[in-house]
Amino acid sequence: MRSMLKASIAALATTAVMAGAALAGSHGAKLSGDLVIFSDMSNPAPRAVMEGMVERFGEMHPDLNIELTVIDREAYKTQIRNFLSANPPDVANWYAANRMKPYVNAGLFDDISDMWTGKIGEELASTKGAMTIDGKQWGVPYTYYQWGVYYRKDIYDELGLSEPATFDEMKANCQAIIDSGRKCYTLGSRNYWTTGGWFDYLNMRTNGYDFHAALTGGEIPWTDDRVRATFANWRELIDMGAFVDNHQSYSWQESLPFIVNGDAAEILLGNFAVAPLRDGGLDDSKLDFYQFPAINPDVELAEDAPTDTFHIPSGAKNKEAARAFLEFVVSADNQTLINNGSNLGQLPVNANSGVDDDKFLKEGFAMLSSNSPGGVAQFFDRDAPAEMAAVAMEGFQEFMVFPDNLDDILGRLEQARGRIY
Amino acid sequence: MSTTAMPITEIAPQRSWYKRNEIAVTPWLFLAPGVLFFLFYVIFPIFQSFNLSLYRWDGLGEAQFVGLANYQELSTDRAFETSLWNNLKWLILYLLAIPAGLFIALFLNQTVTGIRLYKSLFFFPFVISQIVVGLVFTWFYDPTFGLLNVMLGWVGLGPINVLGDPTLVTYGIIAAGLWPQTAYCMILYLTGLNAVDPEQIEAGRLDGAKGWKMLWYIIIPQLKPATFIAFVVTIIGALRSFDLISIMTNGGPFGSSRVLSFYMFEKALSEYGFRMGYGAAIAVVLFLIMLFFIAYFLWSMFQEERAR
Repeated sequence: MRSMLKASIAALATTAVMAGAALAGSHGAKLSGDLVIFSDMSNPAPRAVMEGMVERFGEMHPDLNIELTVIDREAYKTQIRNFLSANPPDVANWYAANRMKPYVNAGLFDDISDMWTGKIGEELASTKGAMTIDGKQWGVPYTYYQWGVYYRKDIYDELGLSEPATFDEMKANCQAIIDSGRKCYTLGSRNYWTTGGWFDYLNMRTNGYDFHAALTGGEIPWTDDRVRATFANWRELIDMGAFVDNHQSYSWQESLPFIVNGDAAEILLGNFAVAPLRDGGLDDSKLDFYQFPAINPDVELAEDAPTDTFHIPSGAKNKEAARAFLEFVVSADNQTLINNGSNLGQLPVNANSGVDDDKFLKEGFAMLSSNSPGGVAQFFDRDAPAEMAAVAMEGFQEFMVFPDNLDDILGRLEQARGRIY
Repeated sequence: MSTTAMPITEIAPQRSWYKRNEIAVTPWLFLAPGVLFFLFYVIFPIFQSFNLSLYRWDGLGEAQFVGLANYQELSTDRAFETSLWNNLKWLILYLLAIPAGLFIALFLNQTVTGIRLYKSLFFFPFVISQIVVGLVFTWFYDPTFGLLNVMLGWVGLGPINVLGDPTLVTYGIIAAGLWPQTAYCMILYLTGLNAVDPEQIEAGRLDGAKGWKMLWYIIIPQLKPATFIAFVVTIIGALRSFDLISIMTNGGPFGSSRVLSFYMFEKALSEYGFRMGYGAAIAVVLFLIMLFFIAYFLWSMFQEERAR
């Protein structure tokens, strides 16, 4: 017993020495102990990416015992609260901007501003704002992706249509698609957030990024006439019959077969839609992408580009290894690898990474870097406080089913705004 | 006299306190673990909820005392009103499981070849998980390929989207819930029917009772214990109708199928829910409704005890 105790004390001492060495900044320092990672990357492709990262990081640090727990992405959103306070891992996935605010305010995420001061800060400059609350950084991004309209190129060719540059062209295209016996846009509004995407774009195109940011920030009443203008544009599409019937009964995944089968021609979604649509049999000759067209020519184009992140909970036990893992995740090489078309199929956050030679990624990267002068928003439910987002997106779904209830819905949202902010 | 009394007083203290009170104490010792757990996990949280409902708390930071503000807000909250009405619909319509279970039990209470198989087939929905029941009915109701619309098509009725229509959705979910609940009531009545006294039926028959009269005056009174249990489990089942709603509609479309328990979950614990105090206030209302039934059940059990 005594010798065992001695041995473990010796081991602990060596770890401490090593930890000191690592803190001194030597790269490739030996990490040991356990690294517990909770991840929400549960869809097939992200899961493989996460497991691959853990494997490669494990090879770099053979003494480190990495325990990866992958939790269903939707379930994770409710579980994070419990495990952050009760049983914190060393590394946890989450989302940028307002979505991390409750945890930052409650002191559950570690301040890692010092990591952002050096090389990382330069390489990740584009997403620094989204990771900053109260002037400090609370995590690192690992990927972001564009939103936009994915459409069936073969149907467009069949009907002689081209990508719209204005809202009028978009409506004209849609009319032609409806006349051919199809629906324009498929939608799975059982996931309320899908309607948030439509609202984001219609509002940013009608009133501009700054107005949108002020609205999600609670500074503008929902009963404002400019908000009504957004809904009036939305209603034009609804009244045309542009959206698939019964969209309130489908999740976003269940809405995809409509576009795969050609019953609907387009979908407004994030780039994560590409992988399942390709799996459904739509290759690049059948599937294409266009930026949501301008509605009000006086406002600059702005885009949604949600950023997914890694954080170190303040209760983490192996913060040293956790920081090393975060550094590994955002490193240029890893970013190039995990975001390429055969892995996540999204955009790398590191400026020194290469964007994969993938049609949608190249188009999305070009759009976000050069054709989004108005600004880049995170997404409705990440920009607005959680409670406002919940009430509002429920209202959007009701509006899409019963457009006549608009006054009632806006009144309710305004009431909620008065309480929440 | 005093000398003879002495030994008794000397011996008595030698028996330990436990030995002297053994009869009175032992039952409490056996009950203690259960009572402690019940106090800690049931009674204590009830008071905790009452307390929490007076605060504004996001579940992470500092709680802030707001008095009855949460209840005030409940009184103007339309989503809460919808949930309350839906709870009422559940309570009333779910009771249909009792007569339905009774009639299936009467129907199956006969001896023909293979009756065991039929009984188990009828009991089957109760064995499978509520989640599976919810999924099966979701597909059944599906507006594009669901069996329901195919069947409605046979009789020339247009397609309906049960789970997407705010007026129909709660009834659709209740119908799904009735399927396993009926099976449960059926099993209770089948066991009850085994205990029906054949002599009384014989006597009734001699007096010319048959059909509905036989059922109403002879059979059902003897099934009273089974009916009571069926009533209790059905009311409880209606009040905890959470999983079906969660799996079939997630409270939608736009919150029209929520019940109090689901609304509480949504406000306090779901993805966008950070209002522990408000959720606790909803829980308190739900508790008061349950308390009404619990009081009734206890009272009627008490009456029964006294009648014996």
